[in-house]
Amino acid sequence: MTLPYRPISLGLLAIAFSALVFQRAQAGGSHYFPPVSDPVVKEECGSCHLAFPPSMLPASSWKRMMGELTNHFGDDASVDPASAQHITNYLVSNAGDTGGRSYSDKLLRGTSPSKAPLRITELERWVKEHREVPAWEWQHKEVRSKANCLACHAGAERGYYDD
Amino acid sequence: MKRHAHKHPGMLLLAAMLALASTTTRAAARDDLLAGYAAAAKTADPGFAGFSAVRGEAFHRQSFAGGKADTPACTSCHAKDPRTSGQTPAGKAIDPVALSASPGRYADPTKVEKWFKRNCQDVLGRQCTAQEKGDWLSFMISQ
Ligand code: HEC
Ligand code: HEC
Ligand code: HEC
Repeated sequence: MTLPYRPISLGLLAIAFSALVFQRAQAGGSHYFPPVSDPVVKEECGSCHLAFPPSMLPASSWKRMMGELTNHFGDDASVDPASAQHITNYLVSNAGDTGGRSYSDKLLRGTSPSKAPLRITELERWVKEHREVPAWEWQHKEVRSKANCLACHAGAERGYYDD
Repeated sequence: MKRHAHKHPGMLLLAAMLALASTTTRAAARDDLLAGYAAAAKTADPGFAGFSAVRGEAFHRQSFAGGKADTPACTSCHAKDPRTSGQTPAGKAIDPVALSASPGRYADPTKVEKWFKRNCQDVLGRQCTAQEKGDWLSFMISQ
């Protein structure tokens, strides 16, 4: 009769764990952006750069971006139509002005969704948060690009941008 | 937690068999992929005499003028020594492309074709030929 215990204790563990994550997210305030959890999005949008959290841009941005993947910042990031539909749904429903609103609050302040910005790194608020980063640091061999969040935010893959 | 799978000989055997099965499936998928490129290479050139890892290595390191200025070679992103990690222009690390260092690679033909399409366009400004693909893969599989 040991069988029933396992699922129960696993369930308790899961609850304890998510409570922990929730607390950290709360404490993080504007530092936490839930990372992409969808495997298709991770695979198709996370090979050339970090799979950016959907809550960092408004839904209009993701729709616009997904409509022009053959010329994605000079790259061909196109995917088959079924994957494209799947990815668009995920990004749009977790965007900064839809499902991800509670996380994006500060980052998207001053950004008009009607402009559908394509770059997180050009959001007014992002620029402000990074104004003290010196030029040489952006050009550092390990950094290369402003879009390389992970170079400076070691917790970026887990959604943390506070260190 | 007492009945840990690792302590059970039957489970251990099963795990070993599953691991072996998935290794053989992957190897079969890679063989099929290479056979497909070989057939295409033969159609393009009746004198085709097989793939060469040596040519593949040269191709991997060669600089081309037809593609994007900032990515003239496969080694602009993948490491010169394919057993080590590479880096994309946006700064993201790329796992080694040598099969010995990344045993899961080249078993998904759709993925392989998707990246040949993108990367050859970036580097050469055109699609790679079946011969070039087969040579490059032969080099990576030999590494
Ligand atoms: C073939 C490579 C590639 C793939 C695949 C790819 N991207 Fe990109 N992406 C890029 C490049 C290159 C940039 C520009 C990076 C830079 O400025 O350094 C970029 C930039 C971005 C940016 C803006 C970053 C910034 O500066 O704020 C976003 C957002 C983005 N990509 C989302 C996506 C999404 C969503 C997908 C999946 C549908 C995707 N990317 C797939 C290459 C890729
Ligand atoms: C060259 C290093 C560097 C890169 C690359 C970088 N950041 Fe930052 N980021 C910083 C620094 C420094 C700060 C300000 C100090 C702090 O608050 O941690 C910061 C602050 C932030 C904040 C505000 C956190 C807070 O404390 O409120 C966010 C959000 C953020 N970055 C997101 C990103 C994202 C997203 C990317 C990639 C698109 C990125 N950063 C790329 C260095 C960098
Ligand atoms: C602009 C950067 C870049 C260049 C240049 C580049 N690659 Fe890649 N390549 C990538 C990325 C990113 C991936 C996907 C990430 C991964 O598989 O780890 C990839 C993956 C691949 C794959 C698929 C691997 C798999 O596991 O299925 C093949 C094949 C490949 N590259 C071949 C080449 C060849 C051949 C060249 C030179 C003609 C080349 N690449 C040049 C960035 C590049």
